[in-house]
Amino acid sequence: MTSCVHTFKCCGQRVALDVPSGAVHVLSEIAYEILQRIAPPLEPECPTSLRYQLAKYESSDVAEAYGELYALYKEGLLFSEDQEYKMPPTGVVKSMCLHVSHDCNMRCRYCFAGAGGYTRDRKLMSLEVGKKALDFLFEKSGNIHNLEVDMFGGEPLLNFDVVRELVAYGRARERELGKKIAFTITTNGALLDDETIDFINAEFSNVVLSIDGRKEVNDRMRTFVDGSGTYDAILPKFKKLVERRGERDWYVRGTFTRENLDFASDVIALADAGFDQISVEPVVLDESDPLAIRSEDLPRIFKEYERLAREMIRRYREGRPFNFFHFMVDLDDGPCVYKRCKGCGSGSEYVAVTPDGDIFPCHQFVEFMPMKMGNVLDGTFDKDLQKKFAEHGIMTNPVCRECWAKYFCGGGCAANNYKYNGAVNTPYEITCELERKRVECALAIKAAIAQYEEQNSK
Amino acid sequence: MKNVKTLNRSASLIKRAVGAGCGECQASCQSACKTSCTVANQKCARLTKKTDK
Repeated sequence: MTSCVHTFKCCGQRVALDVPSGAVHVLSEIAYEILQRIAPPLEPECPTSLRYQLAKYESSDVAEAYGELYALYKEGLLFSEDQEYKMPPTGVVKSMCLHVSHDCNMRCRYCFAGAGGYTRDRKLMSLEVGKKALDFLFEKSGNIHNLEVDMFGGEPLLNFDVVRELVAYGRARERELGKKIAFTITTNGALLDDETIDFINAEFSNVVLSIDGRKEVNDRMRTFVDGSGTYDAILPKFKKLVERRGERDWYVRGTFTRENLDFASDVIALADAGFDQISVEPVVLDESDPLAIRSEDLPRIFKEYERLAREMIRRYREGRPFNFFHFMVDLDDGPCVYKRCKGCGSGSEYVAVTPDGDIFPCHQFVEFMPMKMGNVLDGTFDKDLQKKFAEHGIMTNPVCRECWAKYFCGGGCAANNYKYNGAVNTPYEITCELERKRVECALAIKAAIAQYEEQNSK
Repeated sequence: MKNVKTLNRSASLIKRAVGAGCGECQASCQSACKTSCTVANQKCARLTKKTDK
């Protein structure tokens, strides 16, 4: 494997990422210029040719900057050698997206679930199927202690009685088996009331609240069945849930489409509405759909991500920060390298189960019947397909292996790859481009905050 | 250093590969995305547990 350093400018910061080690360096102008011109192996002395190439700077300044870069090189934090990481597939399933409702009380224009039905009949999951699904998860989880179940749809609160029963069943079985389920839920909020809010806040370790940002954007996309906007109905409910939630995790989560490429304004609108845990993501739709993101939109989206990053830096300095899910990165700890290599785990560690009990590699594969892996009622499960999905990751993918953002991305979304390219291991370039820009923004924010904190500490 | 500020000098993915890969962490798509990739914003379950104590 080779070494790789990615240098870039973003939000007024000059940054170098040493890909194999994960070290992030904030550079002076001279150091940035030098890094454009050198490659390993580095010599201890500053090359004469470099002094000539950078003659616009004082020779001693060039030598000093080179010396600093050389020290990092010797320390293994610059031009480090990439490694071969191989983790044998464990065969366990530890995480489940439980489609308790293939029905919805909204008609969002971009919904990949097709108003909840996923191209099939609208249906709610029975308690029996739900229990069998949880049994499947417990059975397949091997020695893993921490399990996850996301109540998903459609709209899961349309089947709230079953949700409540399944949580009780899961709690009883986890005690019996010495495991722990982290329940999460993704809801459009329409049916939230005091009872459901209190139940969710008591039992669910994370809750994802769907809202698109500005009222006019939300109401153009997210409507009730009669076509009326949903913003005014859901906003107070989301606020109430968050106010009562305490320290437990939650996100408001929106979608942007071709119709709101100025989506930074939607993120900011959510922050201004009082939410500080925010995720707004690009729509997933067939390229022929007028709402779909096209490659020609990328320059505009890049500018928008950068506008958002600058606003986040500004608000941090003003003492009113907020989190944007795709800009979150823990440079000191974060996930281990194996997690970074295997990505989301869809089809191997993570599966989705439909109201019929059918098992799919993840919630986004549910519309593709050829990708059905089995059924929790008849006990079938395609282990060969599970093994193939377990091989999906950055080490087995020649495109990902060469990408500087691989340890941040984890190999991309297998469902998007399948949907757009017909193969789970063929990266969909638009999503790759978006991810690379988001990582640059995330690192630039870290650089700007570090600079601000250093100045403040003086 | 005058020309280079390293934000995470103690971090090294290479060093942290030793003894890692326990599989107890969250599936990334379960956190807040559901439609796109990202793993670097996830938490290590082992480190989180240590912090919680």
